[in-house]
Amino acid sequence: MSAIELHPTCKPGDYKSEVNPIWCPGCGDYHVLMAFTRAFAELGLAPENTVVVSGIGCSSRIPAYTTCYGFHGVHGRSLALACGLKVTRPDLTVVVASGDGDGYSIGGNHFLHACRRNIDMTYVVMDNRVYGMTKGQPSPTTEPDFDTALSPGGTGLSPFHPLVIALASGANFVARAFSGAPNETASILVEAVRHPGFSFVEILSPCVTFRPDEREWKSLVHAAPVAATSDPAKAARRIMTDDGFNIGILYRGERRPYQPRIGGQNVDLADLEKDFEL
Amino acid sequence: MPGADSISIAILGSGGAGALTAGNFLLEAACAAGWHGLLTRTVGPQIRGGEAAALVRLATHPIECMPERYDLLIGIDWLNAHRFGAEIEAAPHSLVVSDPRGGDLPAMIGRAGARVVEVPIKEMAKAIPGGRPNMIALGIAAGLLGLAGEIFTPVIEKRLADKGAAAVEASRAGLKAGIEAAADLDFGPRLSPVKPVGGAKRWLVSGNETTGLGALRGGVRFAAAYPITPASEILEWLAPNLPKVGGVLLQAEDELAAINMIIGASYGGTPALTATSGPGLSLMMEALGLATASEIPIVVVDVMRAGPSTGIPTKSEQADLNIAVYGIHGDAPHLVLAPQSVGDCLFTTQWGVHLAETLQVPAIVLSDQFTGQAIAAIDRPADIAFIGQRAKAVDFSGIYKRYAMTAGGVSPMAIPGTRGGQYTADGLTHNERGTPTSSEGDHRAQLDKRRAKLDQFNYGDHWATVEGSGEFAVIAWGSLTGAAREAVARVRDRLDVRLVAPRLLLPIQPEGFAAALDGVKHVLVVEQSHGAQFHRYLRAHYDLPGTVRVLNRPGPLPMKPSEIEQAIMEWRS
Amino acid sequence: MSKTPPIANIVDLLALAHQIEANAVQRYTELAEQMETHNNRDLVAVFRDLARAEGIHAEEIRKMAGDVDLVAQARRLGRWKMGDSPEQADLGAAHYLMTPWHALQLALTGEQQALAFFTSIVDTTKDAKIKDMAAEFVEEEAEHVNLVHRLLRKYPKPADSWSEDDDPPASQD
Repeated sequence: MSAIELHPTCKPGDYKSEVNPIWCPGCGDYHVLMAFTRAFAELGLAPENTVVVSGIGCSSRIPAYTTCYGFHGVHGRSLALACGLKVTRPDLTVVVASGDGDGYSIGGNHFLHACRRNIDMTYVVMDNRVYGMTKGQPSPTTEPDFDTALSPGGTGLSPFHPLVIALASGANFVARAFSGAPNETASILVEAVRHPGFSFVEILSPCVTFRPDEREWKSLVHAAPVAATSDPAKAARRIMTDDGFNIGILYRGERRPYQPRIGGQNVDLADLEKDFEL
Repeated sequence: MPGADSISIAILGSGGAGALTAGNFLLEAACAAGWHGLLTRTVGPQIRGGEAAALVRLATHPIECMPERYDLLIGIDWLNAHRFGAEIEAAPHSLVVSDPRGGDLPAMIGRAGARVVEVPIKEMAKAIPGGRPNMIALGIAAGLLGLAGEIFTPVIEKRLADKGAAAVEASRAGLKAGIEAAADLDFGPRLSPVKPVGGAKRWLVSGNETTGLGALRGGVRFAAAYPITPASEILEWLAPNLPKVGGVLLQAEDELAAINMIIGASYGGTPALTATSGPGLSLMMEALGLATASEIPIVVVDVMRAGPSTGIPTKSEQADLNIAVYGIHGDAPHLVLAPQSVGDCLFTTQWGVHLAETLQVPAIVLSDQFTGQAIAAIDRPADIAFIGQRAKAVDFSGIYKRYAMTAGGVSPMAIPGTRGGQYTADGLTHNERGTPTSSEGDHRAQLDKRRAKLDQFNYGDHWATVEGSGEFAVIAWGSLTGAAREAVARVRDRLDVRLVAPRLLLPIQPEGFAAALDGVKHVLVVEQSHGAQFHRYLRAHYDLPGTVRVLNRPGPLPMKPSEIEQAIMEWRS
Repeated sequence: MSKTPPIANIVDLLALAHQIEANAVQRYTELAEQMETHNNRDLVAVFRDLARAEGIHAEEIRKMAGDVDLVAQARRLGRWKMGDSPEQADLGAAHYLMTPWHALQLALTGEQQALAFFTSIVDTTKDAKIKDMAAEFVEEEAEHVNLVHRLLRKYPKPADSWSEDDDPPASQD
């Protein structure tokens, strides 16, 4: 990573727009935005060649807070938008932002298939284990005994393991980060973007308003004790047996990214009609 | 009345008899010989082995609908054929060729009083090494129509090439045996000899295929696909053909993904399309709103089936009009178009792409199972000048306003990769810059903009088919246009009737409609919808002059010209 | 376990010191903007003041470096491992109803962390020049810590009800 490769004007400040976030002060997402801008600067990305695609939720507000191109789509469908975009515009850097509700609940199906397709993009899920934007309902990663208005006394349902699901579905890079360590998060994002194929980074990002208990996360997170593996089964086992607060790159795969050929061929449409001719 | 200008043949069989293949070959050979033709198919619910019928109508003039009754019915067997009901009717003058071991004649056909002759089709097939009963049936049809065996040779060789020389030989032998058997049969009608066509190319093609080609001609270079009956053939045609022109098709995990993928691709600058049927279109509504609000062009083809819900996937109806027009939540002006025939699918889809790209808005193209899956011999449609014209932003002095107020309502779009044009597309209500807002001024301004850009555009004459003159008018749309046209032609000796068939259903065209109906005193609305959706749409948006009657019924049976003719004449008296 | 980027020379030290101050400026500026968006006017002023103060420190360090581009130098040094950067998750301690007392607590934490960082360099470096300069920074940071303590005396610790809001959160999407 030599300084010469870097885009001449790429400071983190270049990637932050003038729009003030609506996030509650104290929200982990402020640090995620910081990590994004630091990562983009380190990568030397041109803002005009970078697209941040999102769904609906607090975390999904992030595109407008950057100076890149952005798409704030509908709930749960950010990966589909991103797949269509990247496959037709492989020249762009595509980063997808989502939350645990948008990404794992309504977006769950697209999550599976985006991992499976392994198109080159980076998927960032800001996991705060709650539906923040709609005032505090449980999400697929919420603990079973967490009391909410929609689930008095807790859902009684165990959260699932999104990182393991990503591995089983074919994601090529899996990492866990913590918003409270923005530099480390930025490093992970840099690696994720650089790694070919579908890179999945779950960022634990506390919700100060609906999950004030998540303040303790900063005491619980710790560096992953071993380096990333390229064996998905090994990685899955590690994740399923860790405490959920292992931070770092957990898996680096070697699948070839899916990118069909775009442009190039241009047969005359009249030739295609020959099949119709009597 | 059977005679010189049109003959209809039905070939029925079940469980691997190959009736549909026989129908295809008949159509292809007859049309290669110069006739016009239309083929539809009807099948039972089984995946394999079900009862099947190929319905072929041949004529000396272009035809766009099926006949009342079939002049020639060949039953390789009649197992479960009663399920076809009134779709396959015989007339007293009809000839029914029946395999004696093929089961009982369906009541609908037996009741007609047609002549029934027995020909041991399956036995004759067994007598030929590798012989198949559908080729015998085909030969019988060929013989009775006066088509020489040689006409079929190129068709058989082309279509069975990958099955090997033995299969080709066996098929030719079967055909020959069938023609010989037909020599003993007495069949009245003969189609007039074909005038040589003046060098213009002719196609044998389905509506779904022409839809695909129309998309490519319009500039589509990305398609997302989720298979659904009866739209899958559009996607299957696009899958190998898009890459040939530098495009790509991606199979999606569901319709929600498909519609969002095409929005993503279009946002990136690539004209994009998907195709589905009613259930899929329902799923796509939310994203159609997103594309409308964020002003991103996309085209969604809905090949309508009988509904509601899963309905009858293999049959046609015109009952998705409501959701196409009203299905998006909020006030979301968008485009709805409807092709009127197999050939018109090419024009209407291409036009739909052009309009969507020019106006930066989604277009829903309402095709249907009848048109989509019918195979017709048509003159090669002319090349049309327009190709998608998206206004792209190139000048970025100052802050770029993606949704700037402009004279025509269309604001240039910055394509990702263009420096200075960065903006975030959003379903949230936004200001000119694209920043979310809840101010009444911005909300109103953007609603006005999106409405104005559609209303102010000049759609020209393509918006509707308007034919004929007189105080009576038949208003139809989509695949019923052909049946209405034929009915109007039939009554012309007794009554002048106009035909008005809108191709552009949204935005409405009040001036054009008023002009089309100027002087009309009686309107017959014809549609294939139990709830008369088209009639209600017309009443909601247009002034209908004089007295109005509605001929509406649901699928699954195609509307026949005689029904419309009868309604006109009953009213007139 | 603890791995600060290797400090090979004075320029490296200046680069890291500058980064600490520059990050603080960024942090306080962001917090000022957050407070402005969230209608906490008192805190806008407090954070702008803090940002200004840190900005002056950053500028002083920059002058010490002369022509050297300290930002580029800091980048070349690479990243701290998680948990070891003197700049901890301060944005997480913000609250839309926070009081000046809270802001100053935040500032105090920041200064104390910076102090600890430079102290550790004094204790561990083998280079005399680096040691001397680090010691100067220790003095600077100690002054900053004291300044914050003095400011804190102006603001009593708020009552437990400081974060109460009669209105419920608003759902926006």
